[in-house]
Amino acid sequence: MYLSLADTRAALASGTTTIESLTRHYLNTIQEKSDLNAFLEVFEEDALRQAIAADQKWKAGTAGKMAGMVIGLKDNLCYKGHQVTASSKILEGFESLYSATVVQRLIDEDAVIIGRLNCDEFAMGSSNENSAYGVVKNPLDTSRVPGGSSGGSAAAVAAGLCLATLGSDTGGSIRQPASFCGVVGLKPTYGQVSRWGCIAYASSFDQVGPLANNVEDCAAILEVIAGPDEFDATMLQQPAPAFSEHMQAEGKYRIAYMPDYIENAGLDPEIRDRMLGMIEQLRAEGHTVNAVEFPYLDYVIPAYYVLTTAEASSNLSRFDGIHYGYRSKNATDLESTYKLSRSEGFGKEVKRRIMLGTFVLSSGYYDAYYSKAQKVRRILRDRTRAIFEENDFILLPSTPGTAFPLGDKSSDPIKMYLEDIYTVQANLCGIPAISLPLGKHSNGMPFGVQLMANSFQDQQLLAFSARLMAGMAEPV
Amino acid sequence: MSVDLYELVVGLEVHIQLLTKSKAYSADPAEYGALPNTNISVITLGHPGTLPRFNAQVAEYAVKLGLACGCEIRRENQFARKNYFYADLPKGYQITQDKTPICTGGKIRIKLDGVVKDIALTRIHMEEDAGKSMHDQDAYDSLVDLNRAGVPLLEMVSEPELRSAEEAYAYLTEVRKLVRYLEICDGNMEEGSMRCDANISVRVRGAKEFGVKVEVKNMNSIRNVQRAIEFETKRQISVIESQGIIDQETRSFDAVNGTTFSLRSKEKANDYRYFPEPDLTPLIVTPEYIEEVRQMMPPLPEALHDRFTGEFGLSEYDAGILTDSKPIALYFADLTSHTENYKAAANWMNGPVKSFLNERALEMHQFPLQAAKIAELIALIDAGKISFSAASQKLFPYLTEHPEANALEVSETNNWLQNEDSASMDEWIQEAIARYPEKVLEYKGGKTGLIGLFMGEVMKLSQGKADPKKANQLMRDALHKI
Repeated sequence: MYLSLADTRAALASGTTTIESLTRHYLNTIQEKSDLNAFLEVFEEDALRQAIAADQKWKAGTAGKMAGMVIGLKDNLCYKGHQVTASSKILEGFESLYSATVVQRLIDEDAVIIGRLNCDEFAMGSSNENSAYGVVKNPLDTSRVPGGSSGGSAAAVAAGLCLATLGSDTGGSIRQPASFCGVVGLKPTYGQVSRWGCIAYASSFDQVGPLANNVEDCAAILEVIAGPDEFDATMLQQPAPAFSEHMQAEGKYRIAYMPDYIENAGLDPEIRDRMLGMIEQLRAEGHTVNAVEFPYLDYVIPAYYVLTTAEASSNLSRFDGIHYGYRSKNATDLESTYKLSRSEGFGKEVKRRIMLGTFVLSSGYYDAYYSKAQKVRRILRDRTRAIFEENDFILLPSTPGTAFPLGDKSSDPIKMYLEDIYTVQANLCGIPAISLPLGKHSNGMPFGVQLMANSFQDQQLLAFSARLMAGMAEPV
Repeated sequence: MSVDLYELVVGLEVHIQLLTKSKAYSADPAEYGALPNTNISVITLGHPGTLPRFNAQVAEYAVKLGLACGCEIRRENQFARKNYFYADLPKGYQITQDKTPICTGGKIRIKLDGVVKDIALTRIHMEEDAGKSMHDQDAYDSLVDLNRAGVPLLEMVSEPELRSAEEAYAYLTEVRKLVRYLEICDGNMEEGSMRCDANISVRVRGAKEFGVKVEVKNMNSIRNVQRAIEFETKRQISVIESQGIIDQETRSFDAVNGTTFSLRSKEKANDYRYFPEPDLTPLIVTPEYIEEVRQMMPPLPEALHDRFTGEFGLSEYDAGILTDSKPIALYFADLTSHTENYKAAANWMNGPVKSFLNERALEMHQFPLQAAKIAELIALIDAGKISFSAASQKLFPYLTEHPEANALEVSETNNWLQNEDSASMDEWIQEAIARYPEKVLEYKGGKTGLIGLFMGEVMKLSQGKADPKKANQLMRDALHKI
């Protein structure tokens, strides 16, 4: 099976395959590997209809940029006429009346939307164990988690259930599972991709992005989904560049790394060694690699959780059992409708975050938590920007370890939250970041290496990532 | 109860529903009166994944009102979320402004018994309305209409500077007049497009500290706001007089018996957990934009009032009536560009024109005559060609039916013109005198009031054509000679 869009399109061009037969292949694979529990629902009929239409367009020479792309959607992306649940019981059976901008743009370019993918409930989690519809297993070792919250999205790509997927990344939800499953995961700059139709977790952090087998496919997908959208006021109102056409990164770059991050006691020693080895290799290739002081690692997780839970507590108010979604059968009046529907409809982690967020916004606590976390966010943003004045990229681990066994951390929220320690900085600062599958642990599992760039340098980030993937792949 | 011992302190919060085409954060129509749940979309319904889209017209209206009240307009406007659960609030929060209201300061000028008082404003901010819950339409269920959800509002908050129910009445009347002049709100409290909450407290006259305040809601007319304040004043004073304690609470006005009753106490008040709305970028209001809006501003009642009393020399009373409504004021201003007899113009407006409209329950814009036509009537009277009574009772009604007709020609055709031939005037006078010989004697005996009787007779005989002023003089002369 083809592992890139380019190979797929070459095969289509040579007549070796059709989009319909590709789609049927993926449908079969999903069926065969259904024990992974990556897909919550397969849109078989619609996918085949789209495939047949795309084949006709291909023959007529009118097919769009995404013809040949068979893609899955994280279950927090709305697709008109299809169910979307954010892996929550509270939205069980809910059908969207409209399509997310990213979904519509993929369809307009003749992609095949094959189904919706399991994730942590409302994108809250780092292991996909918080789904109301069961855990997802890591295809590389089914006793381990795939990461989260876009666990189904990462597992589906790694297991070959589709060519690529969309995920969403609020604090690492694309990059961490990409790291755990050995695929490429990109969180674009905040404001690069429309959030219209992406069920909100934390509005000022959320960003939709691709997961794929390679950087080029991520670039091709980003090119289609990025760019201004009048339905999202927080977007950059300038056209996005043609990412896929600018994938050459020649010359020498300035790369920063934070010794504090690499020396952190929580980091797996083998990942540390790999990071140090890469630094040496980059230097050997003539790049400038700068160690920069960044003494804020202890603050990123608290600031992130205060701010994201605050926003989440408000964003999730709409799921109230009144207008749509789950309503408790035991409700007798308005108040019990709220209390029972939300208590029964939301999972434990979601309720924990709603309560935490409600607390930090409460009068009397607002300044001590929310305001202070806002200040921390500003400082982190300023200091990170300062690094980019003298550097093109920041190199750092994606995750402190490799995919852990199912159930390992699910009882300890703090331990779970620390999974995000290297990924939340990009969301706090709104900058683009990518996890590249450049590491292999002696335990047999892959791990990712992360690169961050300055705001709206997504194109440079993708191009340099492609160069790293070509030149840095570790001999297996 | 020694009422004079106490001083009333009132601050008003007025919600002004804006006449924008679409809602504050979506393209859904904002119009009133559509079938329930028809002006809605996934945004109004708060469906998962939807985001607000700010309607720039809301900012324009806010700046207009701010400029009209002399407020300071803020450059960087953040939106905020006010979180609470209710069935008619689909998102579970209202998008409003918290720490950065678009307007701060400013004032509303009220006049009471000729005394001018400026009531300072705290702020004006932009927000969205909730839907409408109806608990009395169905035997078993509460019904929710989301047409109103997301309709833009401005909330105008006054300082606690009102000291009587009458001042509150005058304040609201001014606010209503202002929003109608600006054409940003229809000002109908009965339909709820202008709503008012009153913060009411009393204190011993001369005290520095305010008393405990009570918030009163659900008053659907300016008159009812006044009644609610009057009731609350008495209630609070009697609680204090009987050594009781005023609870800080929210009360509702009952229009049927003119009383208020407790809705909820302070302890049960919501913690709204305001925080900056992350789905909207801050709105930047530049000085250039403010200037642009300033250029679009219509003339305001205060400026017109000053012009009417100053330039036109009208009385406070006349100017007050003429500026009550913008269409009347503008019609009058138009009229003054066709005649220089401003006093006569004001009399026509406040007399025949107003009666015509009142009798037919018409609005000024439905009045059939151009201002120039009224000016023609005034000119004919001033030239002595027609009497005021003939003009107002015959010519004016005719013209309202035939707005295109020429006033002079119509009067000629109908023989309404004043007869300047003193021969016939003389005949009418002699005839009138001849009809009442005994009254002539009484008149001569000192009952000069009888001149009215003779004049009435002359007007009857002349079929209203006699110039009353002239006839009056000639009649006196004739009686004198007898």
